[in-house]
Amino acid sequence: MSSRKPVLLLLLWLLATPALAEDLLMARIPMTFPEAMLKLQNVLKQHGQTLSRVQRVDIGLTAKGYKTDKYRVVFFGRLEEIREVADKYPMLIPYVPHKIAIFAEEDETLIVAANPERLFPEKDPALQRFVRQWKKDLEAIFHDMREE
Amino acid sequence: MPIRLLLILALLLPLTAQASHEKAGTDRGEALYRQHCAACHGYDGNGGVGVPLALPDFQYSVTNKFLETTIRMGRPGRIMPAFSSLSDEDIKAIVKYIRRWAPGKPFRYPVEPVRGDRERGRQLYAKYCAACHGPNGEGGKGTGVTFSRPRDLPIIPPALNNPGFLAAASDQFIKATLMNGREGTPMISFLKQGLSEQDINDLVVFVRSFEQNPLPIEQRPIETEEATIVYDSEYDFQTTINNIKDAAVGNNFIIIREQKLETGFVPKGQENPKQHIIYFCNFGFLNKALAIDPRVGLFLPCRVTVVEKDGKVKVYAINPARLSRLFNNVELNRLCLEMNETYQSIIEDATL
Ligand code: HEC
Ligand code: HEC
Repeated sequence: MSSRKPVLLLLLWLLATPALAEDLLMARIPMTFPEAMLKLQNVLKQHGQTLSRVQRVDIGLTAKGYKTDKYRVVFFGRLEEIREVADKYPMLIPYVPHKIAIFAEEDETLIVAANPERLFPEKDPALQRFVRQWKKDLEAIFHDMREE
Repeated sequence: MPIRLLLILALLLPLTAQASHEKAGTDRGEALYRQHCAACHGYDGNGGVGVPLALPDFQYSVTNKFLETTIRMGRPGRIMPAFSSLSDEDIKAIVKYIRRWAPGKPFRYPVEPVRGDRERGRQLYAKYCAACHGPNGEGGKGTGVTFSRPRDLPIIPPALNNPGFLAAASDQFIKATLMNGREGTPMISFLKQGLSEQDINDLVVFVRSFEQNPLPIEQRPIETEEATIVYDSEYDFQTTINNIKDAAVGNNFIIIREQKLETGFVPKGQENPKQHIIYFCNFGFLNKALAIDPRVGLFLPCRVTVVEKDGKVKVYAINPARLSRLFNNVELNRLCLEMNETYQSIIEDATL
C-alpha cells in the first residue's frame, strides 16, 4: 500500500493543477511530421471538429525558392460555431475557422495555437462563455496530441 | 473530483505503482517540464525554438537560483515566457528535473560584485561581443536552434540587455561565462582569446550597466488594442471584394485563394455567398517572418473577409499587432506593426 501513496498524490496533483494563462498553446509531438499530421486529423475528428482545409505553407515558400522544413496551417471548426460567430460575434470572424500551425523540427513536430481568451478578454458574458468553450476545445485537442 | 473518477484511478494504480515509485520525486518536475518547456527546449533539453539546456558547460555554470529566476521572469521580449503563475515548489521541481541531464555539482560563485572600467568595457564589447549579442545587447536575430535555419547553424546568442537575464545573472556568473566559455556553443572562452582578467572585469561591468539603459519593450497592457480590424465599406459587396484584391496586389501581395466563410463545412454551392474570404501572401515577407519566429504560421495566410449583412458591407481582418503580443518577441512586434499598416492601407484603399 505504501508504494501507491506517492503515485496517488501525484495523480491528484496532476488533476488539480490549475490551467495557466498561457498566451500561446504549444506542444511538441514526438513524431515525424507526417505521423503528427495524421494524428492531428484523427484527434480533430474525435473532437467533432471538421477539418476544412490545410494550407501548405512550405510548398508556397519552396516554389518561390526559399528553404524551409515542412510547415502547414490546419483550419478546422464546427458549422454551428461558425454560424454563431457570423450571427452574434462578428469580431471573431477573422479567427474562424480555427487554426493550428504545425511544423517539423527534425524528427519531431510542433503545434501552436493562439489562446483565444488572451485575444478576447471581453466582459460580455455570452461572448466570454463562447470564447472559454473555444479555449477548452483547443486545450482538449492539445492534450490528446500530447498523449502517446 | 468526482468519486467515480477516483475509483477508476484507484483501479489503475496497481499497474503503474511499481515503475513510478522510484521516480515519484522527480516525476512532478518531469511532468511540468514536458507541459511547459519541452515545446521550445525539447524533451531532452537539446533546444529548438528555445536554446539548449542540457549542455554540460551550461549546467555547470548556472546556479539553481539563475534557473529559478529565469523561469519566474522569463526573458521579456525574447520569446521565453515568464512563468509567473507556477508556485515556488513547481519551479524547484522543474529545476531538479533539468539537473538530471548533467549530474554533478554546479559551480558556486563568490557573491561580491565585479569591479572594472565601464568605458573600457563598452569598447571591448563593441569589438568582441556586439557581432553576436547585438550592438545594444539585444541578442541575435531569430530564436533557439530552430527549424527555420539549418540545424548545424549555431545557437542564437541570447539577449544580455534584458531584465530577465540581468536579474538572473550575477556578476561572477557573467565573469565565469566569459572566462570559460561554453563548450559546444559559439560562446568561446575569452581568456583563451587573449583577453586579460581585467578586460573581462571591464566587460562584466559594462554588461551590468545595461540595467541603466534598458531597451524599449512594449509595456502597454495588451487589452488596449482590439484583436480585430473592422471597416464599413462604401461600396457594394462585389466591388469591395474587387477593390481588396486590387489593393492587395498593389501592396505587393499575391492572391492565393478565395473562398466562402463556410467552405469545407457545407456541401459546395450551399455556403452563405455573402461571406467572402480573400487570402493573399507575400513570400519574401513570410520568409523573413519565419526566421524571426517559427510560430508565425498563426498569422498565415494574410486574409481579409468581406461580409454583407442587413444590407451593410463590412470588412474584417485580424489585428497583427495585437496577435503578435502573444508571442513575447520584440522583433516580431516590429514586423507586425508593419503588417498592421499594410492591412489598414489595403482595407482603406478598398473601402473608402
Ligand atoms: C560567436 C558569437 C558570440 C560571441 C562573439 C560572444 N558570444 Fe556570448 N554567447 C553566444 C551564444 C550562442 C551564447 C549561448 C550559449 C548557450 O546556449 O549556452 C552566449 C552566451 C553568453 C552569455 C550567457 C547568457 C545566458 O543567458 O546564459 C553571456 C553572459 C555572454 N554570452 C556574454 C558575451 C560577451 C560579454 C561577449 C564578448 C566578450 C560574448 N558573449 C561574445 C555567442 C557569442
Ligand atoms: C515559447 C518558447 C519557450 C518556452 C515555452 C520556454 N522557453 Fe526557455 N527560452 C526560450 C528562448 C527563446 C530562450 C533564449 C532567450 C534569448 O535568446 O534571449 C530561453 C532561455 C531559457 C533559459 C536561459 C538559457 C541560458 O543560456 O541562459 C533557461 C534556463 C530556460 N529558457 C528555461 C526554460 C524552462 C525551465 C521552461 C519551462 C518552465 C522554459 N524555458 C520555457 C524559449 C522558451
